[in-house]
Amino acid sequence: MGNAPLRAAGTAITIIVFCALATFAFAFDFPPLTGRVVDQANVMTPQSRANVEAKLKDLEDKSSIQLVVATVKSLQGGDIETFANELFRFWKLGEAKKNNGVLFLIAPAEHKVRIEVGYGLEGTLTDALSSVIIQSAVLPRFKANDFSGGIERGVDGIISVLSGDTTDWQRKIAVRQDDTGSLISALLPFVFFGVFIFVFFQMIRAERSPSGRYVRRNGRMVFVPFPGGGWGGGSSSSGWGGSSGGGFDGGFSGGGGSSGGGGASGSW
Amino acid sequence: MKAIATRVRAVLAVIGIGLALSACGYNTIPTLQEQAKARWSDVQNQYQRRADLIPNLVATVQGYAAQEKSVLTAVVEARAKATQVKVSVDDLTDPAKLKAFQDAQNQLSGALGRLLAVTENYPDLKSNANFLALQSQLEGTENRIAVARRDYIEAVRVYNTSLRTFPTVIWAKFFFTDAKPMAEFTANEGAEKPPAVKF
Repeated sequence: MGNAPLRAAGTAITIIVFCALATFAFAFDFPPLTGRVVDQANVMTPQSRANVEAKLKDLEDKSSIQLVVATVKSLQGGDIETFANELFRFWKLGEAKKNNGVLFLIAPAEHKVRIEVGYGLEGTLTDALSSVIIQSAVLPRFKANDFSGGIERGVDGIISVLSGDTTDWQRKIAVRQDDTGSLISALLPFVFFGVFIFVFFQMIRAERSPSGRYVRRNGRMVFVPFPGGGWGGGSSSSGWGGSSGGGFDGGFSGGGGSSGGGGASGSW
Repeated sequence: MKAIATRVRAVLAVIGIGLALSACGYNTIPTLQEQAKARWSDVQNQYQRRADLIPNLVATVQGYAAQEKSVLTAVVEARAKATQVKVSVDDLTDPAKLKAFQDAQNQLSGALGRLLAVTENYPDLKSNANFLALQSQLEGTENRIAVARRDYIEAVRVYNTSLRTFPTVIWAKFFFTDAKPMAEFTANEGAEKPPAVKF
């Protein structure tokens, strides 16, 4: 019977975990974010794909701006604005706090192209500039069926506009860290609360126990290591630091950024 | 001694109930409500942004097509009307107010569409750099409006659903009795689409 509150806390934690697992539904079937260039429609030459990938990596290393080029087989019946916006949010391009991602989306089957700009870059890569890049650098080559050339020119244009903003041209590393699973940080108070209740109960039990003095000391032993730091030294704390670093060192993934429909589209 | 233990037990029970309350649902409704309100502010901001672009656009068009007076004044008047209709976040539960807002904005969309259609007849205007920049900004703003509206509709849907589904419906019935479902956009077909500004 002494375990009842503990069990209640456990149930509460289970329920909150369950509630937190809300699913996010997207209307389209999106390709996975396999790299900085996702050539699903297969319209680029391997040579130019490698070129563009190197340029994009260089951009992210220098400015932390995440620019991704995607070609898709089909817009699945949607217009390119909606498709680009939802794909951007699906991939979460750019850092969560700065929203500094850009998606350069090409749909060869529909003859549509779009530059979708994250919230944080709307002031730099404006709608007007995006439109100029598409109209003057990209579309003439697409019309001549030169997809690789058009994409390379478009990427060059986007990068040159983005690098005009010199304040953003130094690498800033600090922001990425808050990615450490929001679920864990949400649960932490409850875990502490559970521990607290547990300790409390131990103490009450000690009070009620016939051999009071001995058990009370035992009760203290449970209590003392808590603020003392005996916990932190365990292997669990080192495990945490590692998990936050993983994810963007090895594979390539979005940083949690979002877009509100900035940018421009074109068709040929 | 025993009395103290029972009292402590009672306090713990209260804490436990509090935990259970916040664990599943008690915070959900206010949170979702605030999110929907924030999305509404986005919608209004983007419409405001469009309204801010219009004087510039009208001035540019006027320089080339001053004789299109009726179309130009229609845009100016529709803009004046649309900027007057504002829906505060507390009025979101009132579908009539939302509809008034929407009607005013649709009126402006229509007038803008006619203006842009008229510009087709002026090649000089169409190649004017200022006009081209304004046009792409307007296009972008219409797209941002569409995104903001979609986000608002989704936020409202989630919030309204929470008022009617388990387990949050319990808190809605007993604690947040003043929480009313928010109005969604009841767009007539086609009004959701931005006016065609492509050339």
